[in-house]
Amino acid sequence: MAQLRLDRVTKKFGTHVAVNEMTLNVAHGEFFVLLGPTGAGKTTTLRLIAGLEKPDSGSIYIGGQDVRDWSAAERDVALVFQYYSLYPRYTVRQNLEFPLKSRARRLDQAEIDRRVARAAKTLRIEHLLDRKTDKLSGGEMQRVSIGRAIVREPRAFLMDEPLSNLDAKLREALRSELKDLQMKLNGTFIFVTHDQIEAMSMGDQIAVMNAGRIIQVGSPAEIYSNPRDTFVAGFVGSPTMNLLPGEVRSGGVSVLSGALKLPLPADAGNVADGPVTVGIRAEDVRIGASEAVEAHVHDVENHGVEKIVTLRVGDHLFKCTVPGITNVAIEDTVRFGWNPAKVRVFDAASGQSLSWKEPEGAASFARPAGERRAGAV
Amino acid sequence: MADIVLRDIEKYFGDNYVVRKLNLTIRHKEFVVLLGPSGCGKTTTLRAIAGLETIDSGDIVIEGKPVQNLQPGERDIAFVFQLFALYPHLTAYENIAFPLKATRESQEKVQERVNHIARVLRIEHLLDKRPSQLSGGDMQRVAIGRALVRRPKAMLMDEPIGALDAQLRESMRTELKRLHLENESTTVYVTHDQVEAMSLADRIAVMNEGVLQQVGTPSEVYLYPANLFVAQFVGSPVMNVVRARVARNGADATRVMLGDDAIPFDFPAELAPTLSAKVREDEELTLGIRPEGVRVALEPQPGYVPVEAHIIEPLGAYDIVDLKLGAQMLRARTPSAYVRGVGDTVFARLDPAQTHFFRTRTGESLHIRLG
Repeated sequence: MAQLRLDRVTKKFGTHVAVNEMTLNVAHGEFFVLLGPTGAGKTTTLRLIAGLEKPDSGSIYIGGQDVRDWSAAERDVALVFQYYSLYPRYTVRQNLEFPLKSRARRLDQAEIDRRVARAAKTLRIEHLLDRKTDKLSGGEMQRVSIGRAIVREPRAFLMDEPLSNLDAKLREALRSELKDLQMKLNGTFIFVTHDQIEAMSMGDQIAVMNAGRIIQVGSPAEIYSNPRDTFVAGFVGSPTMNLLPGEVRSGGVSVLSGALKLPLPADAGNVADGPVTVGIRAEDVRIGASEAVEAHVHDVENHGVEKIVTLRVGDHLFKCTVPGITNVAIEDTVRFGWNPAKVRVFDAASGQSLSWKEPEGAASFARPAGERRAGAV
Repeated sequence: MADIVLRDIEKYFGDNYVVRKLNLTIRHKEFVVLLGPSGCGKTTTLRAIAGLETIDSGDIVIEGKPVQNLQPGERDIAFVFQLFALYPHLTAYENIAFPLKATRESQEKVQERVNHIARVLRIEHLLDKRPSQLSGGDMQRVAIGRALVRRPKAMLMDEPIGALDAQLRESMRTELKRLHLENESTTVYVTHDQVEAMSLADRIAVMNEGVLQQVGTPSEVYLYPANLFVAQFVGSPVMNVVRARVARNGADATRVMLGDDAIPFDFPAELAPTLSAKVREDEELTLGIRPEGVRVALEPQPGYVPVEAHIIEPLGAYDIVDLKLGAQMLRARTPSAYVRGVGDTVFARLDPAQTHFFRTRTGESLHIRLG
C-alpha cells in the first residue's frame, strides 16, 4: 500500500472547473474520505488519481512517484463503483479470478487460488464462490466487487459511493465491514461519499469538498466539533449544526433577536462588534424548567432513542435533542439554554469560523510523505 | 369524518400475492405511515386507496362509504408522488392554483389559499417561476402545495421527499408535519425510510411481504416491536439480535448465554419463571437489544462482562462501538470518545428493561418486560 499526494491539481471540463488547485495528502494505511454534495469534484478527484482523467495542471504522486505519464493500469490502484460491474454469467470465483488472469500479471494458478480464497474469507463470501453473480443480492454483489479489488493487492483502493445503492440496514452493516477490511489489510482507502454518516463512521481523515475545493481536512471529531466554515457546519452532523444570525457587542454575543445573550467563546479571540453567524449543535441545547429563555415547540421528531425538538423563538427556528422518553408536544412552551462552551462563531459575510485555527503542524497539508497518522490503525 | 377503513384487502399481480388480507383503520385527521422495504406491498395499498389500482377482494371504506368501485376522481383524495408532475408552461403560482379552478372559488379566495400554502412551504419568492427554473426540492414543494391547496379530505403520499437530498428531506419533514396539523387532512404516507416514519407518523403500519406486521405509535413500534422483522427494520443502528440460551436455575439472577460462544450475562431472577410460563424448555430464543440498551463501563463492575472493543464509529454527538461477542458483534451507543481504541477491553451489561426475547422459529416477540 502506498501514500498518495495531490499537489495543486486542477481539472477543467470546458469552462467548468471541476477540481480547483487541490492539494491533499493521504498517508499509507489511512481511510481517507472525500465528502461533499453532488458536483463538489469528489468523483473527478478519484478519477484523476486512478488515471482515468488527466489534470490540466498540478501533480499526483503515488508512493512518492509522480504518475503523470503512468497509465491507469500502471498506477495499480483498484476502483470500486456504486454500480457493481460483474460478469453476470460467470461465477463469483470466475469474477474474482478475472483480474488476475491478465497476461501482464503472470500469476500461477496456485497464487490465484490463494488470493481468491483469502479475499473470499475476508469478505465472508466463501459459500457463494460457485454461484453465478446474477443470483446474488445487492449486498453480496457489492462484496464481490470489493473482492475483485482485493485480489489484485493494489497500491490503493479508490471507492466511489460503493454503498449508495444498498438499503439502509445493509449500508450500516457494510460500513463496519469496510472499516474492518481496511484495518485488516492495512490498506490505503480513498472513499467518496455525499453521506456524512459514512464519512464520520469510517474515516480516519475527512476532506470536506465543495465546488471543486477542499474546505477542511480533519478527523471526524475535528470536523464535527470545530467546522472551518458554515458550509461544513451545515453539511456534517444529523441534525446539522444550528446556524443563526447574531450580534457581537462588547465581548458578548446576542442571538434570537436579543432573546439569548452569551459570552463570546474564548477560542474566538477578539471579535469586532457587528453581525456574526452563531452555531450550536442540537445536543448542546438544553431544555429544563430552570433554563433562561422561553420557546415554543415547533416540531417534535421521534427517533426512538432520542427526540429531535425544533424550538421557535420569534421567527427563529433551531433544533435540540432530548432523550426519547421526554414528554414534549408541538406548541408546548418550554425553557431552554445553550452550553456557552460549545457555541461557535462565524463571520457573517464569509462564513469563516472565528474559532478555527490551522491545526498544529498544519495537519495534512505539510505532513511529511510516508508518515502515518498517530493513532491510525 | 374521513376515516379510511381497509378490510381484508387482497391483491395479486399474476401469481404474486402482494397484499395479504390487510386490515387497517386510518382515523379521521390521523397521519399514518405505511413503512416497509421495497416489494412489501405498501405502494400497492396506497394506490388501491387512491383508486389507481383495483383490488381482488376486500373493502375500502372512506367516510363509511365503500369506494372500491369508484373512479379516482370520485374519491376526493389528493395524491403526491415521489416524482413531481408539474405543468411546465405554468408558473409555480398557476400550478398550485390549478386544482382550485374547478371549485369556482373567488379570485381573492384562491390568492389567499395559494399565498398561505406558499408561506408554509417557504416558496413565496418562487411563485412567478416556471418549473424549469426551480430546483428539485422547490419543484416538490410546489407539487405538495398543489395537492394540499384543495384541503382534500384525504391525502395520499408516496415517498414524496424520497428523491431529495438529506438536508432538504430533514426540513421538508417538519414542513409536512406542520401542514398536516394545519390542514387536518387524513393522511396516508408511504416510505421505506424508518426515520421519516418515526418523525412524521401518528401511527406506523409496518409491512413485509404483503403482510401487516404491526400498527402502533412510533414509541410503541420502537420500544415494543411485535417481531424480529419490526425490531430490525425500525431504529438506527439496527437492534442487536443474538442467539440466547437461558439457564433456569439461578436464585439471585437468571443467567443468559449469548451467541455461539455462550457468553454469560446476568438478568433479574424473575426472567426464568417468566420465560418458563411462555415457552417450552427447548424453544430456541433470540435476544434483541438496541445499542442504547448495552451499558458500557471502562472498569470492571459487578454484573458487567469483559468484552473487546472493535470498530468505533464516531458519529459526532455519540459513538457506536462494536463489542466482540465471540464471532458476533454487539453494538453499543456510548458518549463521544468514551471507548478509546480498537482492541481495548471494556465491560458490558444489558439493560433488562430494554431487552427483548423472540421465538427464533417464528420471530414473534414473547412480550417480556423486565425492570
